[in-house]
Amino acid sequence: MSAQATKRLPVTKTPKVYIGGAFVRSESARTFKVSDAKGVFYGNIPQCTRKDLRNAVEAAAKAGPGWAKRTAYNRAQILYRLAEMIEARTPELVDSLVTFGAREADASKGMSVCVDRLIHYAGWADKYEQLLGSVNPVASAHFNFTVTEPMGVVGVIAPDSPPLLGLLSMIAPVIASGNTVVALASEKVPYPAVLLGEMLATSDLPGGVVNLLTGFRRELVPTFATHAHVRAVYAFAGPEDRKTLRLGAAASVKRVRFVDSETKWFADTAQGLGMIRDFVELKTTWHPIGS
Amino acid sequence: MARASRDSGGNRGRLIFGDLWEFDPAPETADPKLSARYDLFIGGAFVKPRTGRYFDSINPANERKLAEIALAGKVDVDAAYRAASRAFGPWSRLPGRERGKYLFRIARLLQDRAREFAVAETLDGGKPIKESRDFDVPMAAAHFFYHAGWADKLKYVAPGSTVAPLGVVGQVIPWNFPLLMLAWKLAPALAMGNCVVLKPAETTSITALKLGEILQDAGLPPGVVNFVTGAGETGAAVMGHPSAAKVAFTGSTEVGKAIMRQLAGTDRRMTMELGGKAANIVFEDAPLDQAVEGIVNGIFFNQGHVCCAGSRLLVQEGVAGRVVAKLKDRIRMLRVGDPLDKNTDLGAINSAAQLSTIRRLVASGVREGATMFQPPCSLPEKGFYFPPTLFTGVTQSHRIAREEIFGPVLSILTFRTVDEAIEKANNTPYGLSAGVWTDKGSRILRMSAELKAGVVWANTFNRFDPSSPFGGYKESGFGREGGRQGLLDYASHA
Repeated sequence: MSAQATKRLPVTKTPKVYIGGAFVRSESARTFKVSDAKGVFYGNIPQCTRKDLRNAVEAAAKAGPGWAKRTAYNRAQILYRLAEMIEARTPELVDSLVTFGAREADASKGMSVCVDRLIHYAGWADKYEQLLGSVNPVASAHFNFTVTEPMGVVGVIAPDSPPLLGLLSMIAPVIASGNTVVALASEKVPYPAVLLGEMLATSDLPGGVVNLLTGFRRELVPTFATHAHVRAVYAFAGPEDRKTLRLGAAASVKRVRFVDSETKWFADTAQGLGMIRDFVELKTTWHPIGS
Repeated sequence: MARASRDSGGNRGRLIFGDLWEFDPAPETADPKLSARYDLFIGGAFVKPRTGRYFDSINPANERKLAEIALAGKVDVDAAYRAASRAFGPWSRLPGRERGKYLFRIARLLQDRAREFAVAETLDGGKPIKESRDFDVPMAAAHFFYHAGWADKLKYVAPGSTVAPLGVVGQVIPWNFPLLMLAWKLAPALAMGNCVVLKPAETTSITALKLGEILQDAGLPPGVVNFVTGAGETGAAVMGHPSAAKVAFTGSTEVGKAIMRQLAGTDRRMTMELGGKAANIVFEDAPLDQAVEGIVNGIFFNQGHVCCAGSRLLVQEGVAGRVVAKLKDRIRMLRVGDPLDKNTDLGAINSAAQLSTIRRLVASGVREGATMFQPPCSLPEKGFYFPPTLFTGVTQSHRIAREEIFGPVLSILTFRTVDEAIEKANNTPYGLSAGVWTDKGSRILRMSAELKAGVVWANTFNRFDPSSPFGGYKESGFGREGGRQGLLDYASHA
């Protein structure tokens, strides 16, 4: 047999979602097909269910206290480590984005922004407190101070474009302050998020801090809205999904923040202290002074 | 003549002075300068409601009519929003220095008329005069004074971003601290350059409308602040108005959720300051006498009509018996009655409706098996009153341990370890405030870090300050009031 006749068949990867630090299929064993930009079959993506979402919230809730108790310096280093992992696998991520229709230059620029944005938030992790908190000069014998605290489990619903930069730009400020995340990846371009899971797993980020789901918005948005343990939702959403999320949020007085197609993901305006502030609670303590 | 009051039971030999001396009446006599009828305050003037209708505001202490209040309909709310929208351009472009001076003026004019406002507040709402005089009115003035100084320093509110006012803000406030809640809402909104349409609670509109007079005296440009009065329907119109750039609500979690649903189809910004079921946690090493005073202040301040009231007492088992005994002694001495009397500790319940809510929940406590204690005290025949009430033997599943009673009713639970205290304290959908009583500074900080509440008081309770952000976690709402953080909730920042 000649060498040409035995062209090696590549081993393809089974796409799995990343929940509680493990790579799993949907509990329902449902999948949906994705094809590349040329319409060629690429793989079967887990079509996560409400139950998967609830499992992910449970994993996120379990991971929450430990992550919140890490020192700010430690969270900063772990975010930096995630950036290192992504930098090292940038060509693979660019390939994957191009496979699903991104222009090479955009994909490449997008990955640079992803890494730089993670480093931006790595740097914030031990600084935002000094800007968002305060010592308050009350008119009594008390040392009165306001500090931030993470809210707990935050739901993230990512845009389709850019699928990976959008997702990471939304996750990073939320976890920088000690929240944990349950994120729904782009429905149209889910595969890069599957790869991202592998980088999260090797980044020193404790399992459960970021949980990535794939699936259909229409099946999962209502559960993001109503799940009482999800304390805030950060979503790319049109008018109808916004209404669903707000109605659900009313039941447990949940915070909602939205991004839309106007968001300039590549620009510096898509990052900063404001995004961290949106997902922290403020706690004020009155500590007695004297004797 | 003093003699030791002797109970037949466990109080033998202990001096209890509470019922030994009659107090002479000591009524506050300052003139509240009330009008017989109050119109709406729109566009800087008092105007008759288009509905042509008025409703009575009564004195809950004796059920007598105090004044007639205009009932604002949808058309009136529209007119208020139009006036505010017209005023917004010039007001927001005014140099911060000038805006600030209006707020300083309002603070000063309110201080000038403090006693008059305190009496009006007590007549309309039923709270003891010593509270409206020493707390509500001075604190309201302090809020205007504090925020006045921010108006020309807005670039320091959110370092690194540019802040701008939002536009017209719709605000609805509750009846428990009518003037103070109004100040909490108005002062930061105005300092940031917004205009306001505010609805006071229907049982306590008078001090807002009296403040309208002060706004006129201060020369505040017409339309910057508008007061529309009425009940739930008017409130829904204020919250749902399409011209509102933001709404801010203080009230029950139930109504807060209804507003969130009402506005679900819009992109309206919101601040929600909702209910609470605060844990007040007493450790064995706490200064117990001080703690007992704090517990009393925590639950009986303003008849317990306080969203952050310390309504769940968690006391460590080793001192539970002593604390409960001291509490029982202490509340025998509380004077319940005429709110205008300077010696009154508990005034009138704000309304008949609230009184029946309290009675219903108290009955549920008895029915579910908790043990009730009320000191002997005679209540006035007319008016709405409820005696200070303790429940012991309360479990976490009792309604009186879960639901906001908003009355002078304390549910007492016990705990053994720090972890148990934390778990019990956080076992509630609310998260507004909490109290910790201990001699250990390190324990205060540990507890503060673990308690899911927006405000934690250590060895004190129910303290407030304009510079100190206030607001809740979880179903107690979102957004803060007070401090730099509260101010920022009235701004857009980019």
